[in-house]
Amino acid sequence: MELLVCIKQVPDTSEIKLDPETNNLIRTGLPSIVNPYDMHALEAALSVKDQIPDSRVSVISMGPPQAEEALRQCLARGADDAWLITDRAFGGADTLATSYTIASAIRHVERTMNRTFEMIFCGKQAIDGDTAQVGPQIAEELGIAQATYACEISVDEISRTVLVKREHESGYELMEAPLPLLITATSELNEPRVPSLWHSIAAKRYTIGHITLRDMPHIDESRIGLGGSPTRVRKVYQPPLRGKVDMLSSVEEGSKKILELAYHVKPEKFAHLLVPSDEPVVEAEDYDGVDVSNPVVRAAAVDSVVPKEIRAVQPNTFAAEAAKQSTDAQGGER
Amino acid sequence: MGNDMREIFDVIIVGAGPAGASAAYRLAQQRVKVLVIERGMAPGAKNMMGGRIYTHSLEQLIPDFRERAPLERQVVKERISIASGKEMTTIEYTGSDIPQDEESYVVLRATFDKWLAEEAEQQGALIISNVQVTELIIEGEGKRKRVTGVRCDDDEVYAKMVIIAEGANTVLLEQAGLMESTDPRSMAVGVKEVYKLKKEDIDNRLMLTGNQGMAWLTLGDMTDGLLGGGFIYTNKDSVSVGMVVGLEDIGSAKHSIDDMLGAFTSHPSIAPLLKNGQLKEHSAHLVPEGGYESMPKLGGLGYLIIGDAARMCMNLGYTIRGMDLAIQSGICAAEAINIGLRDENMDKVPKMYEKQVKNCWLGKDLKRYRKMPKFLATHPRVFDTYPEFVNSMMRDVFTVNGNGAESLMKKLWRRVNTVGVFTLIRDAWKGVRSL
Repeated sequence: MELLVCIKQVPDTSEIKLDPETNNLIRTGLPSIVNPYDMHALEAALSVKDQIPDSRVSVISMGPPQAEEALRQCLARGADDAWLITDRAFGGADTLATSYTIASAIRHVERTMNRTFEMIFCGKQAIDGDTAQVGPQIAEELGIAQATYACEISVDEISRTVLVKREHESGYELMEAPLPLLITATSELNEPRVPSLWHSIAAKRYTIGHITLRDMPHIDESRIGLGGSPTRVRKVYQPPLRGKVDMLSSVEEGSKKILELAYHVKPEKFAHLLVPSDEPVVEAEDYDGVDVSNPVVRAAAVDSVVPKEIRAVQPNTFAAEAAKQSTDAQGGER
Repeated sequence: MGNDMREIFDVIIVGAGPAGASAAYRLAQQRVKVLVIERGMAPGAKNMMGGRIYTHSLEQLIPDFRERAPLERQVVKERISIASGKEMTTIEYTGSDIPQDEESYVVLRATFDKWLAEEAEQQGALIISNVQVTELIIEGEGKRKRVTGVRCDDDEVYAKMVIIAEGANTVLLEQAGLMESTDPRSMAVGVKEVYKLKKEDIDNRLMLTGNQGMAWLTLGDMTDGLLGGGFIYTNKDSVSVGMVVGLEDIGSAKHSIDDMLGAFTSHPSIAPLLKNGQLKEHSAHLVPEGGYESMPKLGGLGYLIIGDAARMCMNLGYTIRGMDLAIQSGICAAEAINIGLRDENMDKVPKMYEKQVKNCWLGKDLKRYRKMPKFLATHPRVFDTYPEFVNSMMRDVFTVNGNGAESLMKKLWRRVNTVGVFTLIRDAWKGVRSL
């Protein structure tokens, strides 16, 4: 099976800083890594390769020539081929132009190398932009099915279908999709493997092919680069820092603090009620008659909540909610 | 992309630190097919030291290193301080017209080691990072035991000779039974912090100009009376501050090593240097301090040991050396292997390497100072009684309080008596003899 993984080289956001004047990311001096979710996408492809004999994993990325390093990290883990889409003309692209360019490059590779990618894997989102748009847009552009936020997949080679468990904020969705299929990976999907020696040696010696504008004569130049990007960044700002944090050493202290802050109860007033944590807890009787297993009743018992603000959510509306959210996420601009 | 699992290398080097990279450089220069395997994300990523390299051996390897290497500052100022409580007595020496082969520089290992490995790569060495050697492959039994390659998880790779440059923590050698388990008495732990400062601030606070740098070693009670000391090295626009403490008694110390470092960086004579500095790095590493006496057999059938793994490190209290030894051992190993490959006799290489080491300055220096680690370890007075002695004597000498002056001789004698004149003479004699 022909498998393709789309990866992005991102700055290690644990070390990221914003320029306070221009609001731009300070990219100089930042260590670059492969977007962590893309590593899960790669692992997913490699596991399919392990499962199905004669499979081949190719990796593609778009970015400056330095991004070759990210592709080599994928080769070192067992990918077979790698291409870098790189051209000044592609620079400054938003997610729309990026996904169009990547989709065009995928078509270019399919045409010139005479292969058809049956499964395409992306990370669910990149940790620098966090849009989660490029994967789904590539699928749209290529006109193939997509399964986003995958946390479990199983490929049935004979029926040529894939069973995908998708992660929602409020649960899971199980779906079946035909090949060809684009999958975006969550970190739940798998545990990425570490580089192996022989693959690392091969990666070091591998010549990564570059795909430039000239290689794709059929591309619509009005849809690439800065010119093909309708997105405008209005404002980027740092959220205000959180206030002072008190680290409390014990549960007792924590409970006291909560009572004090939330209900303005002075510690002296309830000192007699506190039970040291090493004493056995006496089962308390249900003194106020509130049925705590029902969230609506429970919420209504709290004084600060106005009853009309409480809305019961029925289990069967979850799916509709989730579907609405996911269309929002795909359609919304950043 | 087919993986040719049967590909065999002339030499495999485990570890791309200065020892491994130097060996790789010299071997690749002679067109030897060499594979270096480094477990860090990049060469240097796992390495740490105070900061100073004496460059005489690097110059042998790369004569124009001054134009190419990422050097922070050249050391022209040496400071040695003796601290007790909040007091400190300091000797400062400023060198001038330092001959080229006596130069030393402050470097940051993450950039320097990476550079050295890249130089080796340009000579044709194959350097693989981010892969860990999990085991040495050994064939044969007893005296015929021979290292034939290395295993990295499921992958195996073979070579005519394996150079083990795994560093201070000799996991592979001990696991393969090629080295006895490390004696904690011969090891120390180093902790270091790097503070970012403006270049002008460093220059002004330490009276330096241009690329002049300082090496500042301190001895005293900040190590809780344990074997060890503090160090400060100047980088271009940051300062490395740290300390090294013997591992043997660290468990019974009153303070953790981090607390000791905290006390050191807030010492009234050190804190003004670090004022407004931004803490950029905090790191720790094992330091082999046992010297000559703790060195293992330097090789056997199919393998050689170089650098820190071979315990090639020298701490005399006033100079600390490791990288120049590491580079020299790499050069010696490469030259022995080159001869072995030429004569198609690899079995004589370990003996030849051992002889090379013994006959050059490397073996001679290590041997000359072989008694120093033991002297320091068995004379804890060096780390508490004497610092207090020196500082109180200085206090007496410089004190004017209107209570009538004492003769200088009387002042000194009173302090000598607190230690005991015979103890003092005995320790001084032993100390000088071990140098």
